[in-house]
Amino acid sequence: MVELIVDGHRMTVPPGQQLLAACLAEGIYIPHLCHLEEAPRPAAACRLCFVEIAGVPAPQPACTIRVASALKVRTDTPAVRRLQRMALRLLLSAHHIDCRRCHANRACALQSIARFLKVGLHPKPLMAIARPDEVDRHHPFIDHYPRRCVLCGRCVRTCRNGNDHPQFSFTGRGIDTVVRHYASNLALDKRCSECRRCVAACPVGALQWRREGAGASESVD
Amino acid sequence: MLMEMGLDREEIAALATIRSELKEIPAQRRYLIPLLQRVQQALSYLPQAAIQLVAQHLHLSPSEVYGVATFYNQFRFTPPGRHPVRVCMGTACHVKGGDIILEHFERKLEIKEGETTPDREFSIERVACVGCCALAPVALMGDALHGHMMTGKVEGLILRVQIEKEKARREMGDRDER
Ligand code: SF4
Ligand code: SF4
Ligand code: FES
Ligand code: FES
Repeated sequence: MVELIVDGHRMTVPPGQQLLAACLAEGIYIPHLCHLEEAPRPAAACRLCFVEIAGVPAPQPACTIRVASALKVRTDTPAVRRLQRMALRLLLSAHHIDCRRCHANRACALQSIARFLKVGLHPKPLMAIARPDEVDRHHPFIDHYPRRCVLCGRCVRTCRNGNDHPQFSFTGRGIDTVVRHYASNLALDKRCSECRRCVAACPVGALQWRREGAGASESVD
Repeated sequence: MLMEMGLDREEIAALATIRSELKEIPAQRRYLIPLLQRVQQALSYLPQAAIQLVAQHLHLSPSEVYGVATFYNQFRFTPPGRHPVRVCMGTACHVKGGDIILEHFERKLEIKEGETTPDREFSIERVACVGCCALAPVALMGDALHGHMMTGKVEGLILRVQIEKEKARREMGDRDER
């Protein structure tokens, strides 16, 4: 076992344990969006889970650290918070905030992280980036809301873990990247109708199981 | 959004040829990009049917194939128009307002960059420097280069193509009558 001291709190973890998962398991909260416990490798895409490790010059994303030897970690230094707030504000600048009409309202990781980091949901100085259509209905059963998507990739990776061939992919590149489903494949589509794990994996309100006959793009309360 | 257009007869034939060639190609992921290049070479774009075909052959989901393909600039997903419009977005043309020219083409043709009009007459693309920066801003209509572009010229260029087409149509008609 390896000893960890996080914010003065002592704990022991098996060697090789992921630092972020270890902290979360101990009830020490570190903001995170893209972390996926069962994934073989971290995506480290959201840049929210920074911590400072004694002896390491710059803050590190906790999801990328495998604990090999004793570590002294701080989760709340000014440098960490500065990075986290910036990452969050960048995410929000490309996010269409309309929580009242969003099915994830009050169960949304973005909302709780904003509260935790004391960042308003409408960051002022950054330019808002217009994203594509409000709702994308390419998938036979699942609606995707690109303007709410934080591109964490949890849906893509969850689907890949579950059935090898993700039904959602990152498409385009750079600032134009969107998650999208493309063209049907009957065998895969059939699996989707029973699986729905991507919808559960989405930390925000960007994926929604389409109800029969739901016409309007928004949920009914 | 990308639109899906029906395949014409030649495209269906080209796709059938590719389907028969697939037997030679092992179902390994490393053949994904060469296969997509082969399709684009034959059809000059990647229609949905082709992406599904490639996905099926390589045991990938169509979404994965589409995700890879959209990463690369060399692949297109709508057929090029008979008169492809290419607007230069190189440094000189950018400084001289190339984006305004592009936007004007988009508005007049009612399509976005990367798309094709439903009648397949026009498509719009942005290109990097075409090598005549002194004429900036530059646009190409088919192979013809137009320098010192102004928004006022855009409509004229489109109109000229449409008039040519109408003329050709009438001449054909005259010939048929005789
Ligand atoms: S995804 Fe979250 S932050 Fe965005 S509109 Fe929905 S509830 Fe609000
Ligand atoms: S749809 Fe949801 S899970 Fe998928 S990348 Fe976007 S925010 Fe993440
Ligand atoms: S959880 Fe570590 S970068 Fe997203
Ligand atoms: S930048 Fe347009 S021709 Fe050189």
